Amino acid sequence: MSVLQVDVWRGREDGRFQRFEVPRAESQTVLDVVTYIQRHLEPALAYRFACRVGMCGSCAMTVNGVARWTCRTHVARVARDGRLEIGPLANLPVIRDLATDMREFFDKWARAQGQFAPTATRRDEPARVAPQSPGRAAADAAIECIGCGVCYASCDVVAWNRDYLGPAALNRAWTLVNDVRDGARGARLRAVAAGAGCHACHTHMSCTERCPKRLSPTASIAGLKRATAAALLKGEL
Amino acid sequence: MRRDFRARSHPAWWAFLVHRLSGLALAAFLPLHFWALGQALHGEAALDAFLRWTEQPLVKASEWAIAVLLAAHLAGGLRLLALELLPWRDWQKTLLAAAAGVTLAAGLALALAI
Repeated sequence: MSVLQVDVWRGREDGRFQRFEVPRAESQTVLDVVTYIQRHLEPALAYRFACRVGMCGSCAMTVNGVARWTCRTHVARVARDGRLEIGPLANLPVIRDLATDMREFFDKWARAQGQFAPTATRRDEPARVAPQSPGRAAADAAIECIGCGVCYASCDVVAWNRDYLGPAALNRAWTLVNDVRDGARGARLRAVAAGAGCHACHTHMSCTERCPKRLSPTASIAGLKRATAAALLKGEL
Repeated sequence: MRRDFRARSHPAWWAFLVHRLSGLALAAFLPLHFWALGQALHGEAALDAFLRWTEQPLVKASEWAIAVLLAAHLAGGLRLLALELLPWRDWQKTLLAAAAGVTLAAGLALALAI
Protein backbone atom coordinates (compact mmCIF):
# COMPACT_ATOMS: atom_id res chain seq x y z
CA MET A 1 0.00 0.00 0.00
CA SER A 2 1.42 3.38 -0.97
CA VAL A 3 1.73 6.23 1.47
CA LEU A 4 0.93 9.92 1.03
CA GLN A 5 3.30 12.57 2.38
CA VAL A 6 0.98 15.23 3.75
CA ASP A 7 2.08 18.66 4.97
CA VAL A 8 -0.61 20.13 7.24
CA TRP A 9 -0.67 23.68 8.61
CA ARG A 10 -0.38 23.80 12.41
CA GLY A 11 -0.96 26.79 14.66
CA ARG A 12 -2.15 30.26 13.75
CA GLU A 13 -0.85 32.77 11.13
CA ASP A 14 2.71 32.31 12.40
CA GLY A 15 2.45 28.52 12.38
CA ARG A 16 4.23 26.03 10.15
CA PHE A 17 3.58 22.88 8.13
CA GLN A 18 3.86 19.51 9.88
CA ARG A 19 4.51 16.33 7.85
CA PHE A 20 2.26 13.28 8.27
CA GLU A 21 2.28 9.96 6.46
CA VAL A 22 -1.17 8.75 5.48
CA PRO A 23 -2.01 5.41 3.80
CA ARG A 24 -3.37 5.88 0.29
CA ALA A 25 -6.85 4.47 -0.31
CA GLU A 26 -9.10 4.07 -3.31
CA SER A 27 -11.46 7.01 -4.02
CA GLN A 28 -9.84 8.88 -1.12
CA THR A 29 -10.78 12.53 -0.71
CA VAL A 30 -8.62 15.24 0.86
CA LEU A 31 -11.15 15.40 3.71
CA ASP A 32 -10.60 11.63 4.25
CA VAL A 33 -6.88 12.38 4.57
CA VAL A 34 -7.43 15.15 7.14
CA THR A 35 -9.88 12.98 9.08
CA TYR A 36 -7.37 10.08 9.10
CA ILE A 37 -4.71 12.37 10.55
CA GLN A 38 -7.06 13.68 13.24
CA ARG A 39 -8.30 10.18 14.21
CA HIS A 40 -5.05 8.22 14.03
CA LEU A 41 -2.04 10.55 14.15
CA GLU A 42 -2.85 13.90 15.77
CA PRO A 43 -6.10 14.10 17.81
CA ALA A 44 -5.45 17.82 18.51
CA LEU A 45 -5.72 18.77 14.81
CA ALA A 46 -8.40 21.44 14.35
CA TYR A 47 -10.48 21.42 11.17
CA ARG A 48 -14.07 21.95 10.16
CA PHE A 49 -16.53 19.81 8.22
CA ALA A 50 -20.15 18.73 8.41
CA CYS A 51 -21.92 17.10 5.46
CA ARG A 52 -19.01 15.45 3.58
CA VAL A 53 -21.00 15.60 0.32
CA GLY A 54 -20.58 19.15 -0.99
CA MET A 55 -23.72 20.66 0.48
CA CYS A 56 -22.63 22.62 3.55
CA GLY A 57 -19.44 24.31 2.32
CA SER A 58 -17.70 24.12 5.69
CA CYS A 59 -14.68 21.97 4.72
CA ALA A 60 -13.01 24.46 2.35
CA MET A 61 -9.22 24.57 2.75
CA THR A 62 -6.15 25.42 0.70
CA VAL A 63 -4.99 22.25 -1.06
CA ASN A 64 -1.65 22.46 -2.88
CA GLY A 65 -2.02 26.25 -2.98
CA VAL A 66 -5.60 26.36 -4.29
CA ALA A 67 -8.79 26.91 -2.28
CA ARG A 68 -11.11 23.89 -2.60
CA TRP A 69 -13.83 21.89 -0.90
CA THR A 70 -11.81 19.03 0.58
CA CYS A 71 -14.83 16.68 0.61
CA ARG A 72 -15.26 16.93 -3.17
CA THR A 73 -11.57 16.82 -4.05
CA HIS A 74 -10.16 13.39 -4.78
CA VAL A 75 -6.56 12.88 -3.77
CA ALA A 76 -5.90 11.40 -7.23
CA ARG A 77 -6.78 14.76 -8.79
CA VAL A 78 -4.45 16.94 -6.72
CA ALA A 79 -1.61 14.87 -5.23
CA ARG A 80 1.71 15.46 -7.00
CA ASP A 81 4.22 12.60 -6.57
CA GLY A 82 2.27 11.36 -3.56
CA ARG A 83 2.46 14.74 -1.82
CA LEU A 84 -0.27 17.01 -0.48
CA GLU A 85 -0.05 20.42 1.19
CA ILE A 86 -3.14 21.32 3.19
CA GLY A 87 -3.60 24.74 4.80
CA PRO A 88 -6.44 26.93 6.07
CA LEU A 89 -8.30 29.25 3.66
CA ALA A 90 -6.34 32.39 2.77
CA ASN A 91 -7.60 35.95 3.46
CA LEU A 92 -9.24 34.90 6.75
CA PRO A 93 -7.82 34.90 10.30
CA VAL A 94 -6.68 31.43 11.35
CA ILE A 95 -8.25 30.19 14.59
CA ARG A 96 -6.03 27.13 14.72
CA ASP A 97 -4.59 24.66 12.19
CA LEU A 98 -7.11 24.33 9.35
CA ALA A 99 -10.00 26.26 10.93
CA THR A 100 -10.49 29.92 9.96
CA ASP A 101 -12.58 32.64 11.57
CA MET A 102 -15.26 33.42 8.97
CA ARG A 103 -16.91 36.33 10.79
CA GLU A 104 -15.56 39.06 8.49
CA PHE A 105 -16.70 37.03 5.47
CA PHE A 106 -20.30 36.89 6.70
CA ASP A 107 -20.24 40.43 8.15
CA LYS A 108 -19.54 41.63 4.62
CA TRP A 109 -22.69 39.89 3.37
CA ALA A 110 -24.59 42.05 5.86
CA ARG A 111 -22.66 45.18 4.76
CA ALA A 112 -23.59 44.43 1.13
CA GLN A 113 -27.25 44.44 2.25
CA GLY A 114 -27.50 40.70 1.64
CA GLN A 115 -30.78 40.45 3.59
CA PHE A 116 -34.05 40.12 1.68
CA ALA A 117 -36.31 43.12 2.35
CA PRO A 118 -39.90 41.95 1.87
CA THR A 119 -42.49 44.20 0.24
CA ALA A 120 -45.44 41.96 1.12
CA THR A 121 -46.75 40.27 4.26
CA ARG A 122 -47.78 36.67 4.93
CA ARG A 123 -51.39 37.73 4.41
CA ASP A 124 -50.70 38.76 0.80
CA GLU A 125 -50.92 36.40 -2.15
CA PRO A 126 -47.58 34.79 -3.05
CA ALA A 127 -45.74 36.78 -5.71
CA ARG A 128 -45.89 35.38 -9.21
CA VAL A 129 -42.44 35.55 -10.81
CA ALA A 130 -42.05 34.16 -14.32
CA PRO A 131 -39.02 31.79 -14.28
CA GLN A 132 -37.99 33.03 -17.73
CA SER A 133 -38.09 36.73 -16.85
CA PRO A 134 -34.63 38.35 -17.25
CA GLY A 135 -34.38 39.33 -13.57
CA ARG A 136 -35.28 35.86 -12.33
CA ALA A 137 -32.88 34.23 -14.81
CA ALA A 138 -30.05 36.51 -13.58
CA ALA A 139 -30.87 35.73 -9.93
CA ASP A 140 -31.11 31.98 -10.64
CA ALA A 141 -27.66 31.98 -12.23
CA ALA A 142 -26.13 33.24 -8.98
CA ILE A 143 -28.47 31.89 -6.29
CA GLU A 144 -26.81 28.53 -5.56
CA CYS A 145 -23.97 30.01 -3.46
CA ILE A 146 -23.62 28.16 -0.13
CA GLY A 147 -21.13 30.57 1.43
CA CYS A 148 -18.09 28.29 1.57
CA GLY A 149 -15.59 31.16 1.24
CA VAL A 150 -13.52 29.60 -1.59
CA CYS A 151 -14.03 32.67 -3.82
CA TYR A 152 -13.15 35.02 -0.94
CA ALA A 153 -9.96 33.09 -0.21
CA SER A 154 -9.00 33.10 -3.90
CA CYS A 155 -9.49 36.84 -4.45
CA ASP A 156 -6.43 39.10 -4.70
CA VAL A 157 -8.48 42.26 -4.20
CA VAL A 158 -9.59 40.99 -0.77
CA ALA A 159 -5.91 40.63 0.13
CA TRP A 160 -5.07 44.11 -1.20
CA ASN A 161 -8.06 45.92 0.31
CA ARG A 162 -9.31 44.48 3.59
CA ASP A 163 -12.55 46.48 3.31
CA TYR A 164 -13.45 44.97 -0.08
CA LEU A 165 -16.81 43.22 0.21
CA GLY A 166 -15.60 40.22 -1.78
CA PRO A 167 -17.14 38.05 -4.49
CA ALA A 168 -19.66 36.10 -2.39
CA ALA A 169 -21.27 39.13 -0.70
CA LEU A 170 -21.51 40.99 -4.03
CA ASN A 171 -22.92 37.88 -5.72
CA ARG A 172 -25.60 37.72 -3.00
CA ALA A 173 -26.41 41.42 -3.49
CA TRP A 174 -26.81 40.80 -7.25
CA THR A 175 -29.40 38.07 -6.66
CA LEU A 176 -31.46 40.50 -4.55
CA VAL A 177 -31.04 43.39 -7.00
CA ASN A 178 -32.76 41.08 -9.50
CA ASP A 179 -35.50 39.97 -7.11
CA VAL A 180 -38.73 41.81 -7.98
CA ARG A 181 -40.15 41.07 -4.51
CA ASP A 182 -37.32 42.91 -2.74
CA GLY A 183 -37.83 46.48 -1.51
CA ALA A 184 -34.28 47.64 -0.69
CA ARG A 185 -32.79 48.02 -4.16
CA GLY A 186 -31.68 51.64 -3.66
CA ALA A 187 -29.97 51.03 -0.31
CA ARG A 188 -28.31 47.89 -1.68
CA LEU A 189 -26.96 49.63 -4.78
CA ARG A 190 -25.61 52.42 -2.56
CA ALA A 191 -23.94 49.83 -0.31
CA VAL A 192 -22.22 48.00 -3.18
CA ALA A 193 -21.29 51.17 -5.10
CA ALA A 194 -19.14 52.45 -2.22
CA GLY A 195 -15.32 52.49 -2.40
CA ALA A 196 -14.75 48.90 -1.36
CA GLY A 197 -17.71 47.56 -3.34
CA CYS A 198 -18.19 46.19 -6.84
CA HIS A 199 -16.08 48.86 -8.56
CA ALA A 200 -12.99 47.72 -6.63
CA CYS A 201 -13.03 44.39 -8.54
CA HIS A 202 -10.07 44.02 -10.94
CA THR A 203 -11.69 41.19 -12.91
CA HIS A 204 -8.98 38.64 -12.12
CA MET A 205 -11.82 36.10 -12.20
CA SER A 206 -10.18 33.87 -9.60
CA CYS A 207 -13.59 33.61 -7.89
CA THR A 208 -15.19 32.31 -11.07
CA GLU A 209 -12.26 29.98 -11.74
CA ARG A 210 -12.37 28.42 -8.26
CA CYS A 211 -16.09 28.40 -7.37
CA PRO A 212 -16.94 24.74 -6.60
CA LYS A 213 -20.56 25.44 -7.62
CA ARG A 214 -19.42 26.74 -11.02
CA LEU A 215 -21.04 30.11 -10.34
CA SER A 216 -19.61 33.29 -11.80
CA PRO A 217 -19.33 36.01 -9.15
CA THR A 218 -17.47 38.02 -11.80
CA ALA A 219 -20.68 38.07 -13.87
CA SER A 220 -22.64 39.21 -10.80
CA ILE A 221 -20.09 41.94 -10.01
CA ALA A 222 -20.16 43.11 -13.64
CA GLY A 223 -23.95 43.24 -13.37
CA LEU A 224 -23.69 45.36 -10.22
CA LYS A 225 -21.22 47.70 -11.97
CA ARG A 226 -23.76 48.23 -14.76
CA ALA A 227 -26.71 48.57 -12.37
CA THR A 228 -24.94 51.10 -10.14
CA ALA A 229 -23.73 53.11 -13.17
CA ALA A 230 -27.29 53.17 -14.56
CA ALA A 231 -28.66 54.22 -11.14
CA LEU A 232 -26.08 57.02 -10.96
CA LEU A 233 -27.10 58.33 -14.40
CA LYS A 234 -30.76 58.31 -13.30
CA GLY A 235 -29.86 60.18 -10.11
CA GLU A 236 -30.90 57.26 -7.89
CA LEU A 237 -27.62 56.76 -6.05
CA MET B 1 -2.11 31.84 5.03
CA ARG B 2 -0.85 33.76 2.02
CA ARG B 3 -1.73 32.77 -1.51
CA ASP B 4 1.10 32.16 -3.94
CA PHE B 5 1.37 31.71 -7.72
CA ARG B 6 -0.58 28.42 -7.56
CA ALA B 7 -3.80 30.24 -6.65
CA ARG B 8 -3.28 32.64 -9.57
CA SER B 9 -2.39 30.07 -12.18
CA HIS B 10 -5.34 30.50 -14.57
CA PRO B 11 -5.84 32.31 -17.91
CA ALA B 12 -7.87 35.28 -16.64
CA TRP B 13 -5.19 36.12 -14.06
CA TRP B 14 -2.48 35.92 -16.72
CA ALA B 15 -4.63 38.26 -18.84
CA PHE B 16 -4.76 40.70 -15.91
CA LEU B 17 -0.98 40.51 -15.54
CA VAL B 18 -0.40 41.12 -19.26
CA HIS B 19 -2.84 44.06 -19.19
CA ARG B 20 -1.23 45.62 -16.12
CA LEU B 21 2.40 45.16 -17.28
CA SER B 22 1.68 46.30 -20.85
CA GLY B 23 -0.12 49.35 -19.45
CA LEU B 24 2.85 50.26 -17.24
CA ALA B 25 5.32 49.73 -20.11
CA LEU B 26 3.21 51.90 -22.45
CA ALA B 27 2.94 54.63 -19.80
CA ALA B 28 6.71 54.55 -19.37
CA PHE B 29 7.17 54.69 -23.18
CA LEU B 30 4.88 57.69 -23.74
CA PRO B 31 7.37 60.40 -22.59
CA LEU B 32 9.97 58.86 -24.93
CA HIS B 33 7.42 58.92 -27.76
CA PHE B 34 6.61 62.59 -27.20
CA TRP B 35 10.32 63.43 -26.94
CA ALA B 36 10.86 61.72 -30.33
CA LEU B 37 8.00 63.70 -31.89
CA GLY B 38 9.46 66.83 -30.29
CA GLN B 39 12.63 66.42 -32.38
CA ALA B 40 10.66 67.88 -35.30
CA LEU B 41 10.66 71.21 -33.44
CA HIS B 42 14.45 71.36 -33.89
CA GLY B 43 14.17 71.23 -37.66
CA GLU B 44 14.10 68.67 -40.45
CA ALA B 45 17.76 67.66 -40.04
CA ALA B 46 17.40 66.83 -36.35
CA LEU B 47 14.32 64.69 -36.98
CA ASP B 48 15.96 62.88 -39.91
CA ALA B 49 19.06 62.17 -37.84
CA PHE B 50 16.90 60.72 -35.11
CA LEU B 51 14.86 58.64 -37.58
CA ARG B 52 18.08 57.23 -39.08
CA TRP B 53 19.14 56.23 -35.57
CA THR B 54 15.85 54.29 -35.19
CA GLU B 55 16.75 52.13 -38.20
CA GLN B 56 19.12 50.07 -36.01
CA PRO B 57 17.97 46.45 -35.54
CA LEU B 58 17.76 46.70 -31.74
CA VAL B 59 15.60 49.85 -31.91
CA LYS B 60 13.40 48.20 -34.56
CA ALA B 61 12.97 45.15 -32.32
CA SER B 62 12.05 47.41 -29.39
CA GLU B 63 9.52 49.23 -31.57
CA TRP B 64 8.00 45.88 -32.50
CA ALA B 65 7.85 44.86 -28.83
CA ILE B 66 6.12 48.09 -27.77
CA ALA B 67 3.64 47.77 -30.68
CA VAL B 68 2.83 44.19 -29.58
CA LEU B 69 2.29 45.48 -26.03
CA LEU B 70 -0.04 48.12 -27.44
CA ALA B 71 -1.97 45.42 -29.34
CA ALA B 72 -2.17 43.30 -26.18
CA HIS B 73 -3.35 46.25 -24.09
CA LEU B 74 -5.93 47.28 -26.70
CA ALA B 75 -7.29 43.76 -27.19
CA GLY B 76 -7.28 43.12 -23.43
CA GLY B 77 -8.99 46.45 -22.80
CA LEU B 78 -11.72 45.68 -25.34
CA ARG B 79 -12.16 42.29 -23.66
CA LEU B 80 -12.63 43.96 -20.27
CA LEU B 81 -15.11 46.48 -21.70
CA ALA B 82 -17.11 43.68 -23.34
CA LEU B 83 -16.98 41.65 -20.15
CA GLU B 84 -18.20 44.48 -17.95
CA LEU B 85 -20.64 46.24 -20.27
CA LEU B 86 -22.28 43.43 -22.23
CA PRO B 87 -24.57 40.87 -20.65
CA TRP B 88 -22.65 37.57 -20.59
CA ARG B 89 -21.95 34.48 -18.61
CA ASP B 90 -20.13 31.67 -20.26
CA TRP B 91 -17.97 33.03 -23.04
CA GLN B 92 -15.29 34.73 -20.94
CA LYS B 93 -12.54 32.33 -22.00
CA THR B 94 -13.50 32.59 -25.69
CA LEU B 95 -13.14 36.34 -25.33
CA LEU B 96 -9.76 35.86 -23.70
CA ALA B 97 -8.60 33.57 -26.50
CA ALA B 98 -9.83 36.13 -29.07
CA ALA B 99 -7.83 38.90 -27.36
CA ALA B 100 -4.73 36.69 -27.36
CA GLY B 101 -5.36 35.86 -31.04
CA VAL B 102 -5.65 39.55 -32.01
CA THR B 103 -2.37 40.27 -30.20
CA LEU B 104 -0.61 37.39 -31.93
CA ALA B 105 -1.94 38.40 -35.36
CA ALA B 106 -0.89 42.01 -34.80
CA GLY B 107 2.56 40.86 -33.70
CA LEU B 108 3.04 38.66 -36.78
CA ALA B 109 1.74 41.34 -39.18
CA LEU B 110 4.12 43.92 -37.67
CA ALA B 111 7.03 41.50 -37.84
CA LEU B 112 6.30 40.96 -41.55
CA ALA B 113 6.01 44.71 -42.14
CA ILE B 114 9.37 45.45 -40.47
